[in-house]
Amino acid sequence: MIKSRHRKGANSLERVAGNSLLDRRALLSQGAALAGAMSVGAVGATTGAAAEPLANDAWSLAPGIAIPPYGLPSRFEDKTVRTLTNPKLEPRGSAARTPHHLLNGTITPNGLHFVIARGGFPDIDPDKHKLLIHGRVKQPMTFTLEALLRYPMVSRVSFIECGGNSAPLYAKEPIQANVQALHGLVSCAEWTGVKLSTLFDEVGIDPEAKWFVAEGADAPTMHRSIPVSKAIDDAMIALYQNGERINPSNGYPMRLLLPGYEGNMNVKWLRRIKVVDGPIMAQNETMSYTILLPTGKAWQFFYPQEVKSFISYPSPGMTMKGPGFYEISGLSWSGNGRISKVEVSADGGKSWALAALQTPVLSKALTRFRMPWNWDGSPAVLLSRATDEAGNVQPSRAAFLAERGQPRTSPPVTAFPMEHCNVISSWAVSTKGEVTNVYV
Amino acid sequence: MSMFESPISGKCAAVIVALAFGVSAAMAADAPHFGQPISPADAAAWDISIGPDGAGLPPGSGTPAQGAVVYAQKCAACHGDKGEGKINARLVGGQITGDGPVVKTVGSYWPYATTLFDFTRRAMPWTAPKSLTDDEVYAVTAHILRLNGIIGDNDVLDAKTLPQVKMPNRDGFIPLFPGKH
Repeated sequence: MIKSRHRKGANSLERVAGNSLLDRRALLSQGAALAGAMSVGAVGATTGAAAEPLANDAWSLAPGIAIPPYGLPSRFEDKTVRTLTNPKLEPRGSAARTPHHLLNGTITPNGLHFVIARGGFPDIDPDKHKLLIHGRVKQPMTFTLEALLRYPMVSRVSFIECGGNSAPLYAKEPIQANVQALHGLVSCAEWTGVKLSTLFDEVGIDPEAKWFVAEGADAPTMHRSIPVSKAIDDAMIALYQNGERINPSNGYPMRLLLPGYEGNMNVKWLRRIKVVDGPIMAQNETMSYTILLPTGKAWQFFYPQEVKSFISYPSPGMTMKGPGFYEISGLSWSGNGRISKVEVSADGGKSWALAALQTPVLSKALTRFRMPWNWDGSPAVLLSRATDEAGNVQPSRAAFLAERGQPRTSPPVTAFPMEHCNVISSWAVSTKGEVTNVYV
Repeated sequence: MSMFESPISGKCAAVIVALAFGVSAAMAADAPHFGQPISPADAAAWDISIGPDGAGLPPGSGTPAQGAVVYAQKCAACHGDKGEGKINARLVGGQITGDGPVVKTVGSYWPYATTLFDFTRRAMPWTAPKSLTDDEVYAVTAHILRLNGIIGDNDVLDAKTLPQVKMPNRDGFIPLFPGKH
């Protein structure tokens, strides 16, 4: 049940769902009402002792530090880093996860964008790198980076999400880990580059061709089969990430961007595209990135990342500082288009209220949602449920498992095998304010 | 042409009209054309794609016995002496049905033997990918398939026989594209 009624001119904010979720409009246009309501409703939780007298700190009394050529975050932000599964580059894959619990907004800084790599990142000299396009084309060609920079370009904000993101929510028992561990394999950037369709026109792609293979220049020469229809739709050879050249661990000097599609298909360090007769049956589309069902059969070519959301604040590992006002905040996205709504519950899913969506709401991009909440100090269970413009609704864990099957193993949090898990996340808040991962 | 009247001067308007006609009349000719043509022969070193039908498989051959020697030297440290898995993936045995844990291996899960050749040739061994000869890749592929009981001791793998290997889970996949999505 969703309540979103709103009485104009009300002095106090309407409770729109159980456990004191407040009307989302309070965040947009009712700042005064919000402040007024909270000062009454929150029993003075944040208006106790008066502030101490002010004095000048050392940094206000002497010149600061010379501005560097490339600015790095404050030294006080040294905890805002990716977590690494393979920091010493042992002979296996590496994962670096985005710290969503420490970020806000929707754009992921380049140094914090998630990475999955099979063999470290290659140290590519951009002047020597080439992109080969061949196969079922009239004229095979190579393109240097310098050449690609002369083509008409487009920019778009797009999330990239690993097919294995959120897989820990498939575990038999809720794993106590933060959102970086649970949901850290999704990130979002503004990508700028050349449309793949432009380059297919240049080489004269066979109009009957249905598939191409994209391949990286990294040591494992990672490759995937991709439908030509995606190239025609919105695929890009990305050259810039958030305004600067693509970060080395995310594909420098060029990567394939397939907005909304499984992360692994967005081939990094792209060096070759071959137009082929059919899917090549690569290791990463047979052994990996296929979804084994209870029947023993496995889904293959599961491309769009389905509608998903999670609450990043508050989230597991955090402790809330007593009752009072909180802004619940989180991220939502869909590989099938725009987010149309996000609902939030504070009572474990018994009642729901519409969250405010931060504009602009872009197709296949992370969308921030916000929900005002007057926590009264009693136990609560926070959920978010996203719906996309195609009408897809994020499923409950129970509904998801009914289709995909019950978990049969319990590996470590960073090594979960399930792909494309988009279940609703549930965070419990105890009377002490401790936030934990639970199943409802 | 009313859109080009005031406030644009006549001279400017003429330039804009000329540009507009130029673009529309010569769109194709004005494509950038900054790619460099390359012959298949010159692209061969990168053209390592192998189709599930065997298209692209190179000359050469190998047997399980030959592959056992290469495997012991270059694969066992990560994948175990008998493909049981070590620091990296298990390659032999396992199961995907029943009540026990899912263990996906070449034997229990991979649908195409060509994928094993392709992945080994492009990505293995981890510390020196693309260092094996094509004969060595055929041989290691044969050894791993033999460990899984999929081919016999005396079978020889080459460009003709490899695509004919019937993997146990060949029919285990349901493509979602085109279709559901």
